[in-house]
Amino acid sequence: MKVALAWTIARRELRAGIKGFRVLIACLALGVAAIAGVTSVRESIAQGLDREGAALLGGQAEMEFTYRFATADERAWMDANADAVSEIADFRSMVTTGDERALTQVKAVDNAYPLIGAVTLTPDMPIEQALAGQDGLSGAVLDPMLFERLGLSVGDEIAIGGEPFVAMAALTREPDNASAGFSLGPRSIVALEALRGTSLLSAGTLFETAYRMRLPGDTDLDAYEARAKAEVADGGFRWRDARNGAPGVARFVDRLSSFLVLVGLAGLAVGGVGVSAAVRAYLDRKTAVIATLKTLGAERSTILMIYAFQVGVLTLVAIAIGVVLGAVAPLLAAPVIEAQLPVPVAIGVHVGPLVEASVYGLLSAAIFVLWPLSRAEQIRPAALYRDAGFGLRGMPRPRYIAVMAVMVVMLVASAIVFTDSARLVLWSFVGVVGSFALLGLSARGVSRLARRLSRARFAKGRTGLRLALSSVGGPGGETTSVVLSLGLGLTVLSAVGQIDTNLRNAIAQDLPEVAPSYFVVDIQPDQIDGVLERLSGDAGVRKFESAPMLRGIITHINGVDAEAYAGPHWVIRGDRGITYSAAKPENAKITAGAWWQEDYTGPPQISFAAEEAEEMGLTLGDTMTVNVLGRDITGEITSFREVDFSGAGMGFVLSMNDAALRGAPHSHIATIYAEPEAEAPLIRDLAKAYPNITTIRVRDAIGRVVTVLEGIAAATTLGALATLVTGAVVLVGAAAAGENTRRYEAAILKTLGATRPVILRSFALRSAVTGFAAALVALAAGGFAAWAVIHFVMKSDFQFAWGPAALIVVGGVLLTLLTSLWFSWRAMRVRPARVLRSAD
Amino acid sequence: MSDAIISLSGANLILDGNAGRVEILHDISLDVMRGETVGLIGPSGSGKSSLLMLLGGLEQATGGIVTVLGHDLTSMDEDQLARFRRDHMGVVFQSFHLIPTMTALENVATPLELAGAPDAFARARAELEAVGLAARMDHYPSQMSGGEQQRVALARAAAPRPEILLADEPTGNLDGTTGEAIIELLFGLRDRHGSTLVMVTHAPELAGRCDRVIRLRDGHLEPAEVIA
Repeated sequence: MKVALAWTIARRELRAGIKGFRVLIACLALGVAAIAGVTSVRESIAQGLDREGAALLGGQAEMEFTYRFATADERAWMDANADAVSEIADFRSMVTTGDERALTQVKAVDNAYPLIGAVTLTPDMPIEQALAGQDGLSGAVLDPMLFERLGLSVGDEIAIGGEPFVAMAALTREPDNASAGFSLGPRSIVALEALRGTSLLSAGTLFETAYRMRLPGDTDLDAYEARAKAEVADGGFRWRDARNGAPGVARFVDRLSSFLVLVGLAGLAVGGVGVSAAVRAYLDRKTAVIATLKTLGAERSTILMIYAFQVGVLTLVAIAIGVVLGAVAPLLAAPVIEAQLPVPVAIGVHVGPLVEASVYGLLSAAIFVLWPLSRAEQIRPAALYRDAGFGLRGMPRPRYIAVMAVMVVMLVASAIVFTDSARLVLWSFVGVVGSFALLGLSARGVSRLARRLSRARFAKGRTGLRLALSSVGGPGGETTSVVLSLGLGLTVLSAVGQIDTNLRNAIAQDLPEVAPSYFVVDIQPDQIDGVLERLSGDAGVRKFESAPMLRGIITHINGVDAEAYAGPHWVIRGDRGITYSAAKPENAKITAGAWWQEDYTGPPQISFAAEEAEEMGLTLGDTMTVNVLGRDITGEITSFREVDFSGAGMGFVLSMNDAALRGAPHSHIATIYAEPEAEAPLIRDLAKAYPNITTIRVRDAIGRVVTVLEGIAAATTLGALATLVTGAVVLVGAAAAGENTRRYEAAILKTLGATRPVILRSFALRSAVTGFAAALVALAAGGFAAWAVIHFVMKSDFQFAWGPAALIVVGGVLLTLLTSLWFSWRAMRVRPARVLRSAD
Repeated sequence: MSDAIISLSGANLILDGNAGRVEILHDISLDVMRGETVGLIGPSGSGKSSLLMLLGGLEQATGGIVTVLGHDLTSMDEDQLARFRRDHMGVVFQSFHLIPTMTALENVATPLELAGAPDAFARARAELEAVGLAARMDHYPSQMSGGEQQRVALARAAAPRPEILLADEPTGNLDGTTGEAIIELLFGLRDRHGSTLVMVTHAPELAGRCDRVIRLRDGHLEPAEVIA
């Protein structure tokens, strides 16, 4: 009965229109749309990866080996258990023509490649024909970028790692290109047969092999994987299958979208300020109605229900608009998004992401709406009449605070469940709550300071200034809502700006100053002396380092599966470069334990990077099994040492005593720190003398990393801007809600003799003061968050970036100024008599 | 006529509202002498407040001439009117119209500051003491009763020592006793500063204290009735 009556009254009230709720609808719809858009794209990519898993991988399952081909037994197992097997080898090398050289990532393939999907070439021809070559030379297909960089034409002769080929075609589409992940050089494909027996694929050079298997359609991949691991003798392989064909892409998309969803949630929090303000303003206007209803006998719960129904209906409308926008926007942007992705994705509408966004919208709306709603419920009619002009006051009853707390927990829990990253969510939550608290306190501080300054001697006689300060410091002003809404948006933008600038500076500016000019890899043991001699004889070479290098997979720690022991640490994921040394390297700093004796020949000993050891929970005396070239080597950790990766120099997480690894086939790696003018002749000489070695120019590698970073920064800045747009909507809402107040003040001031310029200056000044305050707090909060990310997560030095900071301040002031001036100007145009009489 | 401080000749006020054009005032001609106290009376909607607004330049006449202190208000723009009020007029409203974000003292000091008075706050303080609000100077309007707010409004109107005081039903929102106290203060200020007072009122006893009463009906002046 009571519910039905409340619904009836709510419907009648809603007939008056939704004028006061436009900000509520806009804020919620924007927040929900942003999240729905991001999650829809994420879902489309995830489904694309699922659907295309086999094509991306190049088979239903894959066994990958480091430095070696499968043994006869391993290959026999594959042939016996798959419909078809394709063998490929993957390595970095140099492609050269004349004096021109470029780094390339070579894929050497057999006749069965590709098992799934098709390679597209320009000019159009089958891959077999391209790789067969012409005029007695094997063929190579190259990424169009290599054609451009080396000035090549189809039919030109080239050399890859010193082996001759003919460039047959440009590689337009490589079906399994997303499975390889980040690579420094553009792709080349050659026939495996053409390289068999060459030094490029000899024992000790850096290459990986992969065996893609085509399986019957009904194969249970779980069981198949278990069988492979049980039946293939030493298990020194990495397993991948169609369930996760491009793990790098999947992980990247997952993380980026999780981060963007959290930025979207921050946007909803910003919007929440607007939602709360809109509901409060609406209830302020409804105080007479509420008082009348109470006088007529309506209970508190009825009053609450009447307005909860109204706000609820509008919330649902807003969420529906947001969901539609969030579903449609990715469809409209599909061509752009699809072109940016390395995987085939069909952007579509998915129910799950839209439900996820709706849940966020509903919970955050409920949290922000309940506070003003519950306060309206407890006010008595007499107090309402007396307090009508000055808003709802007091704390809600404890039960409502408890409900709000539960909903906050539900919101955080939902975010954890949906994004699957509890740590990120919890830190973001702490960040948003902390920023809110800081902004709230700052708003109060700014008000107090403004009040005090308005009475200070310097303000006396400066009417415009004193009016502005009085307004910022007086009751019922917009200071809190402006500082909160704009401040949080600017905080997110400021944090993103600071992190982005710090990362870019560290990588693009600072790193080249300390990093080597070149990495040289694949130096064979019989070549290392010659290389070092050439380097030491060059006056332009400031410094060089070299070390033997092998690659191995850490398979067990203390006899337990490594990942089960240490969790999914990056050191355990994939294979790592490892080295050996008899003597302690000069720059090695031992933090615990002791380096082995130079003539030590006993059981293998390991020196491990201290920081990574701590993260993985390792202690001295632990044993570690490393699979090198299919052979398990188990050693005891006898020392920890500092390894500094920040300079991009030579740094090995794992080093063994020389007797343990010296016998294994391996190559050497060298770093060269040279003057720029010495680089070209040096590299040319090395290439001529040792065509098999690969030189990687660090500046090029940094360029590639910066390009990836720029993409990420663009996406996150876009997310942060969405938050700022929501903040701007709240700001416009606050300014619009304050228009009557401004009109009223302008009318009184005109009556007292103030001219329009004086009034306008005062209005401009007060908005500039609040905008400036919001921007300053945003800088502090965003700077702190950025420092925490750079210091704790990136483990790098933080430097405050003044450029983005200045933009934030100017942007914040401009945004408030323009919004306020727009509404002030409107307020100024009305004749005082109309305003003052309508208020009578 | 040389002593007429306010002079209206054939003044009209026509407003465009939602219901179409409405003629609020029709062909109003009157003179108010320097130092005179004039009561404007009439039924609700007769145009009393609108006439007062015309006199204060808060509303622009759509026809005729409104001359105050020898200046034609109909030819002034908004800023000229604002400066004119600042230098010559004080206005008191039925609903007080204090600035809610300012304390009592700041409200009273504002017109003095706008006029560039170097001792704005000292004078504002004295003015508030004169209306019995020495203890309420730092209170915001929301912290004061209706009577106190109207006293602040009176102090604010009187602080610049205006030649003309305009009051629009100054006791309309107050109870009888408080209203009487306000009237005493209003007339006291008028006597102290020798201002010309034009006041809209519904109260016959208040009108009785004026030198002259002007009655309006449907936007027209009725024959004048001199009391004193």
